[in-house]
Amino acid sequence: MCGVTAGGVSTDGLDLSKETVIQGVVSRGGQPVGGAYVRLLDDSGEFTAEVPTSATGQFRFFAAPGTWTLRTLAPGATLDRAVRATQGSVVEIQVELPHE
Amino acid sequence: MSRETALVTADWVEEHIDDDNVVIVEVDEDTAAYDKNHIRNAIRIDWRDDLQDTVRRDFVTKAGFEELLSSKGIGNDDTVVLYGGNNNWFASYAYWYFKLYGHQDVRLLDGGRKKWELDSRELVTDFPERERTTYTATEQDKSIRAFRDDIQPALGSQNIVDVRSPDEYSGKLLAPAHLPQEQSQRAGHIPTAKSIPWSKAANDDGTFRSDEELTELYEAQGVDLSNDTIAYCRIGERSAHTWFVLHELLGVSNVRNYDGSWTEYGSLVAVPVQLGSEPGSPEGGEA
Repeated sequence: MCGVTAGGVSTDGLDLSKETVIQGVVSRGGQPVGGAYVRLLDDSGEFTAEVPTSATGQFRFFAAPGTWTLRTLAPGATLDRAVRATQGSVVEIQVELPHE
Repeated sequence: MSRETALVTADWVEEHIDDDNVVIVEVDEDTAAYDKNHIRNAIRIDWRDDLQDTVRRDFVTKAGFEELLSSKGIGNDDTVVLYGGNNNWFASYAYWYFKLYGHQDVRLLDGGRKKWELDSRELVTDFPERERTTYTATEQDKSIRAFRDDIQPALGSQNIVDVRSPDEYSGKLLAPAHLPQEQSQRAGHIPTAKSIPWSKAANDDGTFRSDEELTELYEAQGVDLSNDTIAYCRIGERSAHTWFVLHELLGVSNVRNYDGSWTEYGSLVAVPVQLGSEPGSPEGGEA
């Protein structure tokens, strides 16, 4: 596997008008990081959900409209990203981890 | 129960990984995680295929549990160490389930799969084989399981703890945010329930907070730990995590897990529901 394909998992089969999707890819040095943990925190910083990334570094959340923080955990790294989500659209996030 | 008898560290597991009487069991929401890799010598229990009745919404029978554990090679005297992903949600659920059927020595790996991975500890792909046993379970210990008819009488008299995320509690979300949101039940929470998300009991790496921090967490929210408590979430797995904290780590008695949880309560006809971020009165409503 080489290089990261921009964008998250395919949205085929999803009724996007009803969902508020935050998704993306975690990478390090341009290579996808599988098995990293991505946490979704609400606007008060409270934990809402967590997923491990796929072998291709991808993750996806079904959130609600508003402001969220994505916290990525991997061996030797923790990274926060602010995200604004709206209903009926897909927010694509690229998380690039610092080198170990 | 206490932290010493209910919880083991990753170091402890590495030291006891080859002990004959220690059975390491992975239980995940993502049941394919085990196939990818797992802790050496660990076997898998599938929370859906192995632990749920295939027809009605209930657990497998006592005989079914006995057959499951016998086929997995787990003996009555074995030390069962459970771990899994999602901060041990489903491993906690399995822990509670093992206790429900009377297994004596069951423990949770602190931090579960996540802590193990973040530590870059060894994971393998080969599958261990265990010799069949003859396992004998007890009748279900109903003192740790709450049913829907237990909820109404508890409104205003017992602690009810909603351990879902704040947005599920208020009614903004219907399911954890890694799942699609379209659901059949009503949004909101059981009136009078305090919102104490399961995640407040855990550190980022999935390990449990200290006993002092945990006690402070519940007492600061007005939970009287000398009173009876019912914990619930969406389907009973995150509330098993909180049941574990209260009953097993802190040694609080009379704590029950309501495994019907919001998918059952939020589908009941003519029961009070509360919307918004306040617990509300037993009658429910919109805050």
